[in-house]
Amino acid sequence: MRKKRLIGRTAVFITSAIFAIAFLLPTVLTITNSFMTQSEIDANYGQVFQSANSGSTFISEQVNLKFIPDKVSLSQYVRVLFQSPEYLLKFWNSVILTVPIVILQVGVASIAAYGFTRWRGKVRAAIFFFYVILMLMPYQVTLVPNYLVSRWLGILNTRWAIILPGAFAPFSVFLLTKYMRRIPVSLIEAAKLDGAGEWQIFTKVCLPQCRAALYSIAILVFIDYWNMVEQPLILLADAEKQPLSVYLSQINVGEVGVAFAVATIYMIPTLLLFLHGEEYLVEGIAHQGSVKG
Amino acid sequence: MNAKVLDLMHSMCFLGPSLLGVLVFFIVPFGVVVYYSLIRSNLNPEFVFLDNFKALLHNSSFITAAKNTAFFSAVAVPLAVILGLALALLLEARIPLKSQFRTFFLSPMMVPVASVVLIWQVIFNNNGVLNSLITSLGGNTVDWLNSDYGPLVVITLFLWKNLGYNMILFMSALANIPRELLEVADVEGASPLYKFFAIKLRYLSPTVLFVAILSLINSFKVFREVYLLTGNYPYESLYTMQHFMNNTFASLDFQKLSAAAVLMAVVMVIIIAVLFKIEDWFGKDVEG
Repeated sequence: MRKKRLIGRTAVFITSAIFAIAFLLPTVLTITNSFMTQSEIDANYGQVFQSANSGSTFISEQVNLKFIPDKVSLSQYVRVLFQSPEYLLKFWNSVILTVPIVILQVGVASIAAYGFTRWRGKVRAAIFFFYVILMLMPYQVTLVPNYLVSRWLGILNTRWAIILPGAFAPFSVFLLTKYMRRIPVSLIEAAKLDGAGEWQIFTKVCLPQCRAALYSIAILVFIDYWNMVEQPLILLADAEKQPLSVYLSQINVGEVGVAFAVATIYMIPTLLLFLHGEEYLVEGIAHQGSVKG
Repeated sequence: MNAKVLDLMHSMCFLGPSLLGVLVFFIVPFGVVVYYSLIRSNLNPEFVFLDNFKALLHNSSFITAAKNTAFFSAVAVPLAVILGLALALLLEARIPLKSQFRTFFLSPMMVPVASVVLIWQVIFNNNGVLNSLITSLGGNTVDWLNSDYGPLVVITLFLWKNLGYNMILFMSALANIPRELLEVADVEGASPLYKFFAIKLRYLSPTVLFVAILSLINSFKVFREVYLLTGNYPYESLYTMQHFMNNTFASLDFQKLSAAAVLMAVVMVIIIAVLFKIEDWFGKDVEG
């Protein structure tokens, strides 16, 4: 019996390990390949990307998926950081689009979530349900309205066309309300008896209780907008204003090595957030639970 | 002043900013979209009711996009739910390195879409790794991204990206099942299969609903990957709803765009309502 269980567990372990490695592979590959020289990249993937300067470099017959560079080289990074300012510019575009969205969305949402938590009623329940439906609508539905309102406000082709709709997206409201409703009512009642006003209860009692939630929601929102493609494609016609997430896809086929280096640099903020806040992130995801209620 | 009015005023102070933003950026413009979908053109605002919708349903690129998107969601969403649950059950076992595995499964979340696409190209390109592997094994190669196998490639990408998230949702739901119930089942000698279907699945039903809806929404976002892999005009089997929208945006045909957006909203609301009903029926005897 015990032997059978051990075999079972080993099988589970091996299955999990295979899956885990497959999941991690693309990430590792991106990072290690960013330390290869352009000629090594060409030799490995020349067949795939048919690099423009193929005449000068050796192209292998077979495609080679390689993990460890022959010689660790920082040449791609030097190119990205010092020789091609457009990458850093696009990176900055990503920052000035994403950071305001995260701050504004979490800010607006925490105030609204308090409203949904403290005062219940049929109308407010209906509004909340409406937020849930809105949250579930795909971009294909919301992009046309977004476009129309941006044109009407005259902010089309400026970063506000992306930031403002992002600030009011209902995702954070939904998640934060679910958190806040778990705060014991007695805590709020006690503060009220002490003579605290609603704003004071919100800032002094409610927000400190939600610190972990705020952090995890901020991470989720950041990851979502850091990778946006649909909105900038439609709302920012000007390629100069587009974030790196869009630009990365348009990197010349002859510059695959640079693409790996840029991708690695682009990964750093999410990687840091992830390593630092994985527990919060997991908790944030886990708390979504069900859509209703 | 009576308490009810005071409450309303207070709640409006807090809900106000968010409501105002939602009204300005989502509700009012969506109303305009509905209006646009019902008129002949912006210059000639004559009501034509369902004409734009009829034209849309006769538009071949719309039909292709709708079919592809529906097919993709119909395959990818159930897989994302089942495999997400399977991973969560896998990590329920007492095995070493559990938390590391969890981290690995979640890692696709942080990888920028564009770099994922780069790797996918290396693997699935006509001259890519998969084909050279097939050649060396003596098989026939397939140009994966420019064939009817295209959706398969995109489905693997979708699953790779979303399974970790779904797994976390299921793991937390599994942890919330009352232990006593499972212990009683153990004492009674219930089989693992019985325990799963009779107890666990019952308690998981709200999570199954949530994961299904979440995966459905994410399946509409897969345009991002397809666009980055193949550009604005991909092989026909990879032409999604968002391609249709983007290309229609280029010609600024608002009647077509609006009708498509409204149609899609209606379909989404119907799907969500059906899923809610199923969950009500399935999980009615368990406290969610």
